[in-house]
Amino acid sequence: MPEFAVELRNVSKRFPGPSGEEVSAVKNVTMQIRDGEFFSMLGPSGCGKTTSLRMIAGFELPTQGEVYIHGKPLGQTPPFKRPVNTVFQSYALFPHMTIGENVAFGLEMKGAPKSEIGPRVKQALEMVRLPGYEKRRPRQMSGGQQQRVALARALVNRPEVLLLDEPLGALDLKLRKEMQLELKTLQREVGITFIYVTHDQEEALTMSDRIAVMNHGRVLQIGSPIEIYEEPNSRFVADFIGETNFIEGTVLSVDSGTAEFEADGLRFKAGVEAGVTRGSRATLAVRPERIRLSHAPPQETLNAFAGVVYESVYIGTDTHYRVRLSPTVSVRIRQQNTVPVGMPALEGPVGVKVWVSWPPENGRVLAE
Amino acid sequence: MLNLLRGHRPLRLGALLAPGALWMLLFFNLPLVIVLFISLVERGRAGGIKLPPVFTFGNYGQFFDALYLGIFASSVRIGLIVTVICVFLGYPLAFFITRRHPRWRDTLLLLVMIPFWTNFLVRTYALKQVLGADGIVNSILLNFGLISRPLDLLFNEFAVIVGLVYGYLPFAILPMYASIEKFDFTLMEAAADLGANLRRAFLRVMLPMTLPGVVAAFVLVFVPVVGAFITPDIMGGGKVEMIGTLINRQFGTARNWPFGSAISLVLMALVLVGVIAYFRSGAAERERRAL
Repeated sequence: MPEFAVELRNVSKRFPGPSGEEVSAVKNVTMQIRDGEFFSMLGPSGCGKTTSLRMIAGFELPTQGEVYIHGKPLGQTPPFKRPVNTVFQSYALFPHMTIGENVAFGLEMKGAPKSEIGPRVKQALEMVRLPGYEKRRPRQMSGGQQQRVALARALVNRPEVLLLDEPLGALDLKLRKEMQLELKTLQREVGITFIYVTHDQEEALTMSDRIAVMNHGRVLQIGSPIEIYEEPNSRFVADFIGETNFIEGTVLSVDSGTAEFEADGLRFKAGVEAGVTRGSRATLAVRPERIRLSHAPPQETLNAFAGVVYESVYIGTDTHYRVRLSPTVSVRIRQQNTVPVGMPALEGPVGVKVWVSWPPENGRVLAE
Repeated sequence: MLNLLRGHRPLRLGALLAPGALWMLLFFNLPLVIVLFISLVERGRAGGIKLPPVFTFGNYGQFFDALYLGIFASSVRIGLIVTVICVFLGYPLAFFITRRHPRWRDTLLLLVMIPFWTNFLVRTYALKQVLGADGIVNSILLNFGLISRPLDLLFNEFAVIVGLVYGYLPFAILPMYASIEKFDFTLMEAAADLGANLRRAFLRVMLPMTLPGVVAAFVLVFVPVVGAFITPDIMGGGKVEMIGTLINRQFGTARNWPFGSAISLVLMALVLVGVIAYFRSGAAERERRAL
C-alpha cells in the first residue's frame, strides 16, 4: 500500500451551531495527498475546505475519522507537535517581532542551535526574495512582502507538509498572478507537499497537480486540472470550474461511453458520466470555447444545429455569442479573435442565422 | 450665542474654556496651593496652623523618621501585593470574558462593573461581615468541622489586602480586557503551528502584545491602593497603618495639618513619578510599534 504524505480517512467535523443544533462542516471526507504534490482544495465558502485544512494542522480535531501524515495517525496530537506548518490567510505575522524574529520563531521553539538559526533565517528570506529584511517590522512591509515572510516563516522549519489557507486572497489581481507562478516554482524547488485552500478555480488550475473540488462539506471530485476541467463528474464541478453550457433533457441511449441525448427536439451525441442510464433526465454540458460557429452548414452532421445569434459581446481577445437553437435551448459560444475583427457577419449583428457544431467528445452528459 | 461668537476664534475658545478653567483653578489648583502652603509652616496647637505663619521645612524632615518611612514602606508593600493579586486574578478573568460570545460579554462586563455603582463604604462593611468571627467564612468552616474556633480574618493585614483586592479588581480587569479584546488569536494558532506549546505561545506572543493593558492595570490599581485609607481603616480596625490612614490621622486626632499636607505632597510626587514613567513606557511602546 502506498504511503501518502497526508491522508484523510472518513473524516467528519461537526460544530455546535448558534442555537444548539449541530452544524456539519465536513462530511465523511476521504483524501489521499501524495508526497511532493501541489494539492488544492477548491470550493465556495463554507464548503469545508478550510476546516479540512485546520484538521490537518491540528487546530480542529475530527469528530469522526482520522488524519494520517506519512502513515502515522495523528489522533489528538496538538498543532505544535505536528510536522506541518501553515501559511495563514491573514499571514498572522507577530507584529511585536522583527521579520528575522518571526522567521526564527519556529526554529527557536524546536531548540535549533543559535549558530544554525541565523543562516537558515537568512537563507529562507533569500528564498522568498526578501534578502536582508531581518530588521524590519511586519507593519513596514506591503501585503505581498508580508505574504512572503509568512511563507519563509513556515518553510524555514522544513515541514513535511505545508498548508496554505487562501494565502493570496488579500493581494490585488496582478500580484496574485505573479505569486501563483512563484509559489508553484517554489514548491518544485523545495519539493515539499503543499496543500492549498482556495475558492478561486483559476488559481487552483494554474498551480495544482491535483484538485479536490468540495461543496457542502463533501468532496465531489479529485483529479488533475485537466481531468477536473475536461471530465467533471457533476453539474456542480462543471459549473464551478470554468464556464459551461447546461442543456437539460433526456438520455435516449448509452453505449460504451457515449450517449444519445434529446432536448426540445434536438438530438445530441456526447460522452457520458458513469451512472447515467437510458431514459433518465440528465444534463448535457458543453464548454463555450469548444463550440464552432460558421455561416455555412458544417460537413460534420453530428451535433450540428442551425441557430440565430441573439447576443454578441466583443471583449478583445474573444467574442462571446449567445445563439438560440430552439425555443428553449440556447448556447453561449466563445470565439478567439485570431484574425482582426471586422468581418461583417460574425462581428456583431444580432439576428444573423448561423450554424453551431461540436464533436461529440466535447460534450458530456451528467446525472442531474 | 454660538452664532454671535462665530468669526471671533479666540473669543469663542475663551468662552468655552473659561468655566472649566475657573472651576479647576478654584477647586483644584487653589486648594493644592493651600496644601503646599500649610505643608511649609508650623502647626497650630489645636489643629490648623500657627498664626502668624512660621515658615519651616520641618514637616518634610519629619517624614524621614524611621517610623513614617516604615509606614510608607509597608504601604508600598501592601500596594504591590494587592496589585500583583489583582493582575493575576484579573488577566484570566479578562481573557475569559473576551472569549465569550458577544451576547454574554456585555453581561459579564456589567457584572464586573456593578460593584462600582454601589457605595464603597457599604461594600467594605459588607465584606467585614463576611470575614468576621461570626461571618460566613468562619461559619462554614466551623460547621464543616474544619476549624474548632473562629479564625482571625479581620483587623489585620490579610483583611486589608482582601478588601483592597475586592475594591480594585475591576480597575485591573477593564484595561486588560481592552488589550486582550484587540488581540488577534490567530497569532496563537500561528505560534502553536510553529511549535510553541501553550505556555510558550502565551509568554512569547500573547503577553507581550497585551502588556500595555497589564501596565495600565498595574498603575490604575497601585496608585490608589498605596494612598487608600477607608479600607485599611475599616478592615484593619486601626491595627494596620498605611500612608492614607496616616494622612487621615494628621487631619483628625493628631491635629497636625502641616505634617499631613507634607505627606500628601510626597505621596503625590511619587505617584506623579510613577505615572510619568508609565506614559514614557507607553510612548516608548508606541514608538517601537511605529518603527
